[in-house]
Amino acid sequence: MKKPIISVKNLVAKYGEEIILDKISMDIFPQEVTVILGGSGCGKTTLIKNILKLYNPYSGSVKIFDEEVTTMDEQEFDDILSKIGMLFQNGALLNSLSIYDNVAIPLEQHTALPKKIIDKMIKVKLDLVNLSHAVNMIPSELSGGMKKRAALARAIALDPDILICDEPSAGLDPLTSANLDELILKLKDLLNMTIVIVTHELASIHRIADRIIFLDNGKLLFSGTLEEAKQTDIVEVRTFFEVGTF
Amino acid sequence: MEYREQSLFFDGELTKHTVPALSYNFAQVKNQLIVTLDLRMVTKIDSAGIAFIDEMLLQLDLEPGNSLYMNEIVKTAYNTFTSVGIKQAKIVVKEDHFTRLGSAFIIFLNSIKDGISLIADISYWSFVGIFNKKGQRKGSVIQQALFIGVDALGIIALLSMILGLILALQSAAQLRQFGANIFVADLMGVSMVTEMGPILTAIILAGRSGSSIASEIATMKVTEEIDALKMMAINPIRYIVVPKFHAITICIPLLVTASTLIGIFGGLIIAVTYLELSATVFVNRIFEVLTFRDAIIGLGKSYFFAWVIVIIGSYYGFNVKGGAEGVGKVTTQAVVASIFWVIILDAINSLIFYF
Repeated sequence: MKKPIISVKNLVAKYGEEIILDKISMDIFPQEVTVILGGSGCGKTTLIKNILKLYNPYSGSVKIFDEEVTTMDEQEFDDILSKIGMLFQNGALLNSLSIYDNVAIPLEQHTALPKKIIDKMIKVKLDLVNLSHAVNMIPSELSGGMKKRAALARAIALDPDILICDEPSAGLDPLTSANLDELILKLKDLLNMTIVIVTHELASIHRIADRIIFLDNGKLLFSGTLEEAKQTDIVEVRTFFEVGTF
Repeated sequence: MEYREQSLFFDGELTKHTVPALSYNFAQVKNQLIVTLDLRMVTKIDSAGIAFIDEMLLQLDLEPGNSLYMNEIVKTAYNTFTSVGIKQAKIVVKEDHFTRLGSAFIIFLNSIKDGISLIADISYWSFVGIFNKKGQRKGSVIQQALFIGVDALGIIALLSMILGLILALQSAAQLRQFGANIFVADLMGVSMVTEMGPILTAIILAGRSGSSIASEIATMKVTEEIDALKMMAINPIRYIVVPKFHAITICIPLLVTASTLIGIFGGLIIAVTYLELSATVFVNRIFEVLTFRDAIIGLGKSYFFAWVIVIIGSYYGFNVKGGAEGVGKVTTQAVVASIFWVIILDAINSLIFYF
């Protein structure tokens, strides 16, 4: 069996006294697309933000690349983060910078690559997400879908080992959504990327998921392959795959 | 990387980690005759590696078709990540100083136009809003009046008291030398009523309410709330600005009056304790020297100060560019501009009534 690239053990997250994630244990395996599913407010985004230390976990262990990150200092964790690309739910592009500058940030911050090489990498990444024409635009001039694609270009700028996408296809038309899935699969194959996606799009899940993690009210309900998820007896999971909604 | 027989041979990794060193090595050999790049021994490649290949081909003036020897790994990555043939909008280079100066002048002219238009809009809707509350949230004027007036009263009172004490104490030290103790009442009365009360209140309101107006509107703009209001057929000026305009119009005379009275009370404390004047003499003297005209001038100009604070706050808020950084920037600009225009208006007022 493959060794997990991200391993979470007994993770507890709280907002004040309220428990948001209750002893979550799960593994994410390399070069797979893992989809995190669950109803609205079940803690999917909180789980990702806790794994990435954007929120501090209340207790539990998170290992990334076999290293415990919950006790890691900031500098050590920065090295880990440079191998992870994150696509936020709303893109989270820096609004005062152009799209070119947004994509350039990780390349300029984490590599010693010459400017000409960086220019070419940005050109390619923006072309991959069909945004070559928007290089000089600022985020407020882009539509929601374009913002997401620009944010994806930024997330893959460094060819990260792990790409985490928080609802990448939300608000996108089916064609753009399918293209995005295709791109994600391409990145996985080409760069041996491990991809973690939070999504509710059933069509998208069928297209790209290797493994499913299903959360319900802060608890892990199911973890397994897509095929196992389709055949499970857990009512919530089965309902989702039958009806396509929560 | 190795150069032999007019070829560059690469092996191992060609990734973002190895490209910086390879770029340096390439610079050492690029003047030799190179006709092919042999990448068949490359085991790992990423988009940085492909960008490096593209750059080498460009610098060596080689065509990819007949100059590259690639294995399957490189070929697949090359087909995805090559920048050759991608059409991209030209990257805007920074403008020269003259162009920037010209742009700044045009922006300045446009800002005057926008400012006048906003003043007209606010004035019109504020007047209409007195008679017709449609398009405003219920209770918003009271809510704003509480924030602008009641919440600000404490700090205005404290600073007015301190200012009154300082003003009286410093002038008392001089007046005492000439036995002109009683004139401290003249000084306190006239300066607090005509100048210090209104200007101190206006400066505190510019810092407090001006910044809050600018940042609130700017945040609403960047989060597309203003657009949402427009989509719901709600006039943003009517909905957001008019309640603030009405609230500040109600509050400003009360705040200025409070500031003036408290400042004078500060002076009274010094007069009684330091100059040994009686409170009755001090108060009587103030009523003797102050005219109704002084009070009207003091209160009258404070309305203009208040309105300019709302208009400038709104102007900067509606003209925000960018995100969080833009909100911070316009908030600062609104406060600085409000204080500037309050002082300019005060100077104009002094020229009109006292020159």
